[in-house]
Amino acid sequence: MTLMTRRALISRGALAGGAAATGGMLLSGCDRLAENEQFRQILFSGEKINYHLQRLVVDRNALAPEFRPDQMSPRFRTNGTANPGTPEYGRMVAENFANWRLKIGGLVTKPTELSLPQLRSIPARTQITRHDCVEGWSAIGKWHGPTLKSLLQLAGVKPEARYVLFTCADLYGGKPYYETIDMTDALHPQTILAWAMNDRVLDVGHGAPVRLRVERQLGYKHAKYVMAIDAVPSLSGIGLGKGGYWEDRIDYDWFAGI
Amino acid sequence: MLPPAAASPGTRPTVYRHRIATRLWHWVNAIAIFVLLGSGLTILNAHPHLYWGVYGANFDHAWLHTPHWPSYLTIPASYNLAIARRWHLSFALIFAFSLLFLIIASLLNRHFQRDLRLRARDFRGGVLWHDFKEHLALRFHDPKNPQAYNVFQKLSYALVIFVLIPLMILTGLAMSPGMNAGWPWLLDLFGGRQSARSIHFIAAAGLVAFTIVHLALVILAGPFNEVRSMITGRWTVPPEGEI
Repeated sequence: MTLMTRRALISRGALAGGAAATGGMLLSGCDRLAENEQFRQILFSGEKINYHLQRLVVDRNALAPEFRPDQMSPRFRTNGTANPGTPEYGRMVAENFANWRLKIGGLVTKPTELSLPQLRSIPARTQITRHDCVEGWSAIGKWHGPTLKSLLQLAGVKPEARYVLFTCADLYGGKPYYETIDMTDALHPQTILAWAMNDRVLDVGHGAPVRLRVERQLGYKHAKYVMAIDAVPSLSGIGLGKGGYWEDRIDYDWFAGI
Repeated sequence: MLPPAAASPGTRPTVYRHRIATRLWHWVNAIAIFVLLGSGLTILNAHPHLYWGVYGANFDHAWLHTPHWPSYLTIPASYNLAIARRWHLSFALIFAFSLLFLIIASLLNRHFQRDLRLRARDFRGGVLWHDFKEHLALRFHDPKNPQAYNVFQKLSYALVIFVLIPLMILTGLAMSPGMNAGWPWLLDLFGGRQSARSIHFIAAAGLVAFTIVHLALVILAGPFNEVRSMITGRWTVPPEGEI
């Protein structure tokens, strides 16, 4: 065995302790850095880089994986709002959505309103896909509904539209929940407005009467209780301008493809 | 307080051991791993259950329930999934592209071929056993060729550079619903998103284990000399029989 002097051992012990203490200081330093406005902008630019990298390497029509019926989750948990709970929504549920209308507007040539039977008469797509929550869990379910592309074509979306805004029936702080996606995802063949899930009409917990399925993004982008669809030229002027309720409220990434 | 080995270098030769690309990558990567581990623990706190297969949520069978990671280990300290993801996904870019930089630079400057190449003779004639005993005796260098990496060093660095870090990057990408559309083979490779998530965690634990042993050996091998060599590139050859 090599000889090590006591002094060397003590100094090495101090070094290890010092390293641990430095680690702790660095960790708390990260929080202070993230509060600095310039650093925050750099930190947040990662989202834009990831967005552009994905748009670069993933074909705009590349399909999210679809699964076999035997791969479906035995239970598909509800998350986020389980019931909007407003008097208006309660009335719609009581009427079995008989007076519900989906409004399609914004940068379109023919602003359109669709009743639920009208929506259900539009040719639909069925897909068994995986829902990935931002928290980390995944569930596989079967979704059925018309493509968003067919609805946008119905209303005649104008070429200057760059994003699609979804306004929902659930309220947060008195304002409707909202979400936006870009045109690449909006026109994607798997982006649908689902009115059925696992071979049944969509239930309240999962977003009745229709919810967005935007399969190449995380769960919080899949807006439930969709009431209105608007083609828009930019995200500014909508909410706080960050593209969605969670994006505005707690800095979730607008692009949730990763 | 410098350890004796470095306090009196005497006339021992100082050699240029680490090239600029290696040193640059080492420190950038060290910072990236530090941020990725801390923010990764915050993300894990959001759903501290790990599954195998293509799906997995609260009612499904989890193979591991991880403990709640305390605030002194997480980035940010107070639970904030959105900010943790900002740290994680921004530094993941630095982590991945700096590995790409290291691989290109080390092929060009022949660092991989010269220093990390494992040869058949490294595994013959009890070389591993001898190397193991030398490690126990805290002798890390071959007196005849002190600049050469020992077999355990080569094995562990190769494991980190060619296995663990690429595994972190690829399992990370396999968890991206956007990348799943572009590169569906990644999902097949790892057996589904939740399997990829589990492997991501296991490989991260491997990096933590490596880092602990790595830091311990830096301290035992003479921290001043070792850390300096990673900053300036210059490394003083330790005297024979001493560490």
